[in-house]
Amino acid sequence: MISGVLIVLAAPLAARAIGASGTIEIHGRMAETGGWSPSVIKANTGTPLHLRLTSDDVMHSFAIGQNDAPPVDVLPGQMTEVTLTFDKPGTYIYYCTRWCGPNHWRMRGTIEVTGNDSTSPQPGTSPLYMKLNLDIDAAHPASVTPIGIPDAQHGVEFSTLLPASYLTPDYYRSHSPAQAYLDLSADPALSSLSGTDLWDLVAYLWQSNTTPEGLAEGQRLFAQNCAACHGETGGGNGVFSAYIKALAGKTPVDFSDPATRLGAAPALLQGKILRGGMGTGMPSWGPILTDQETWDLIGYLYTFQFKLSP
Amino acid sequence: MSFEITRFPLIKSLLKNRWSQLLVWFVMLVGFLWAIMSGFAGTPVGNRNFGIVFVWIAWWAVLILVAVPFFGRGWCAVCPIPLPGEWIQRGAILEPPAKKPRWLNLRWPNKLRNIWLQNLIFTLVALFSSVILTTPKVTAIVLAAMFFLAIGMSMIFERRTFCRYICPVSGFIGLYAQAAPFELRVKDKKVCLSCNDKPCYNGTSTLLQVQGDARINEGSQAGYGCPWDVFPGGLTKNTYCGLCMECLRTCPYDNIAVNTRPFSADLAKPSTRMDEAFKAFIMLGAAMIYCGVFLGPWGNLKLAAYSAGTLPWIEYTAVFLVFLFGLLPVLFLGAVWIGKTLAKAAITLKKSFIAFATALVPLGLMFWIAFSLSFVMTNVAYILSSLSDPFGWGWNLFGTASLAWQPFLTTHLLPIQMLVLVGGLLWAGRTAQKAGAEIKISPVPVIVFSTLATLAMLGLLL
Repeated sequence: MISGVLIVLAAPLAARAIGASGTIEIHGRMAETGGWSPSVIKANTGTPLHLRLTSDDVMHSFAIGQNDAPPVDVLPGQMTEVTLTFDKPGTYIYYCTRWCGPNHWRMRGTIEVTGNDSTSPQPGTSPLYMKLNLDIDAAHPASVTPIGIPDAQHGVEFSTLLPASYLTPDYYRSHSPAQAYLDLSADPALSSLSGTDLWDLVAYLWQSNTTPEGLAEGQRLFAQNCAACHGETGGGNGVFSAYIKALAGKTPVDFSDPATRLGAAPALLQGKILRGGMGTGMPSWGPILTDQETWDLIGYLYTFQFKLSP
Repeated sequence: MSFEITRFPLIKSLLKNRWSQLLVWFVMLVGFLWAIMSGFAGTPVGNRNFGIVFVWIAWWAVLILVAVPFFGRGWCAVCPIPLPGEWIQRGAILEPPAKKPRWLNLRWPNKLRNIWLQNLIFTLVALFSSVILTTPKVTAIVLAAMFFLAIGMSMIFERRTFCRYICPVSGFIGLYAQAAPFELRVKDKKVCLSCNDKPCYNGTSTLLQVQGDARINEGSQAGYGCPWDVFPGGLTKNTYCGLCMECLRTCPYDNIAVNTRPFSADLAKPSTRMDEAFKAFIMLGAAMIYCGVFLGPWGNLKLAAYSAGTLPWIEYTAVFLVFLFGLLPVLFLGAVWIGKTLAKAAITLKKSFIAFATALVPLGLMFWIAFSLSFVMTNVAYILSSLSDPFGWGWNLFGTASLAWQPFLTTHLLPIQMLVLVGGLLWAGRTAQKAGAEIKISPVPVIVFSTLATLAMLGLLL
């Protein structure tokens, strides 16, 4: 009787030990109670990495930063299997894409991939805000603000008057809408335009640096990553905004406020998105979003200020 | 009005057979140990853990909806917790008792020969229930603690002292067993009077054949004296008989019977014990508070009840204790006092308080049934999935691991709860009437108390 009971008890542990070889089991928890464990995984290029994922509390999901593979849901008390193969050595970030709590964005781990790589690594480039020497922690009030919401559709009518130099990505990225307005209003080629017309032209200028697909992608990224704190309509009133207020003494940024928003150049926003870390709980998205995704997101952020045609 | 079911030879032999009992015990013991294991080794996610699902959903449902209301201490008859301790105490699993006890075999102290300790332990467990019921590891710790305590106590004290005086579950099972339509009693007390050895209580290592006695038609088996420290010949209520069937085996006169009987038969005469009266208040109050905490919309209350050790939890504990040991008994005392004063009855207030507390037995039982139906019917779907994947490790033993959750008959839940609660109130009223008739005091104030409590429960559940 006793030995029967002992066999029954020992069986699951034995089965687990036997079945576990070669697969790494990752437990996901909200960041407040531990995040991913393990949070550092080692792998080799070309060798499949088998992972078994489970959550110990709420629903999470598993995705690799700057990677196209779709996220995999990690369910509480259930197992999900995933196999990854890396071609290039490097440090890869895995992160959670299901909002699991106010510190959801901190739920990240690293996969350190070593191995032979015949191609020489490309040197990194410093982001634009650093090249432009922008202080991304400084306040950026807009020296001028429009009356009403600038409309790119209306701005199209004046687009023929706009000198080509304004339409480059370099100009767009390095100037805030307020600066652009001041430049345009000082330009003799546009002296016939009223203040409202000029703002509409700024809106058009901003729109010309986006595509419909880019804006749609930006909207998707915003909904997935930003809305929980910043609010669905960008008002700084997302579901976690009260928590942020308690943590940092202020709510997340209100993207609908022209006084500050129009003073922010795209490069400035890029810096804030890449680096985060304002002491406000703003995550760093650098390892997660690709370059294109970041600019798409930035393009979308200005839709809270301008009426851009879809 | 009782009907003896042991008149049927098949039933009697099944109940007397040690092998059939052992088989049931073995299944329960394996399940119990499996639950402890999944609590310690399995996923911390409650609804994917065998320990949580099978203890607090499956076992609890069977206990409070079937075992207690219909079989009284039926669960105690198959509970695995005392088994290894008992086997160690006896030095055997199936063999007859040795001449001398192997261990200390101490008698439980007189001052503790009541259910006050169980009242305390149950209250302690109840205060931590939010954590226990939702955290697999903590459930495992509580079960393992009971297990090892039972084993330890078996080596120090005689019989099933853990079951009789310590086990928190035993406290309320015994109380509510009085309402069940199932009992073990002697057939004829006069037979017990003329029995010298009383093997039902003392045990016997040999078959006892009574020579030349025309009454008997079979001898007894060797067996142990009542592990529950009850003299079967004196049994008038179900409260302390654990239905282990030992006396059924050892009685040389075949004088023990297992009967069905009307519900509530033990409550026809009012209670006389304060410890049992307070058990009734503890259970009544706990059911009401649990409805608020577990089923209510108040997030802060849930958080306070869960965050053991914090100040909000201490405040919750204070309210809990004041409600159970203060408010409810005081209000009840007021109701009893009103009735007693109006009747100008000579009986003491204390005696009438205890007598009327009998009515809280069926009331409390129905409160617990109504409360339990809520979480049983919503969570019963997890039973199948946790059978296949008990540890949350991705197993699929029976192919049911990925069965989606769905509620079970929950559209009918509220009408059923209403019927249960109103039925409980009527039952309590009838019990109060019987108690009142005995002590010559009007039961109306107590019925008013019961009505108000029932309305509160209806408010909390609806």
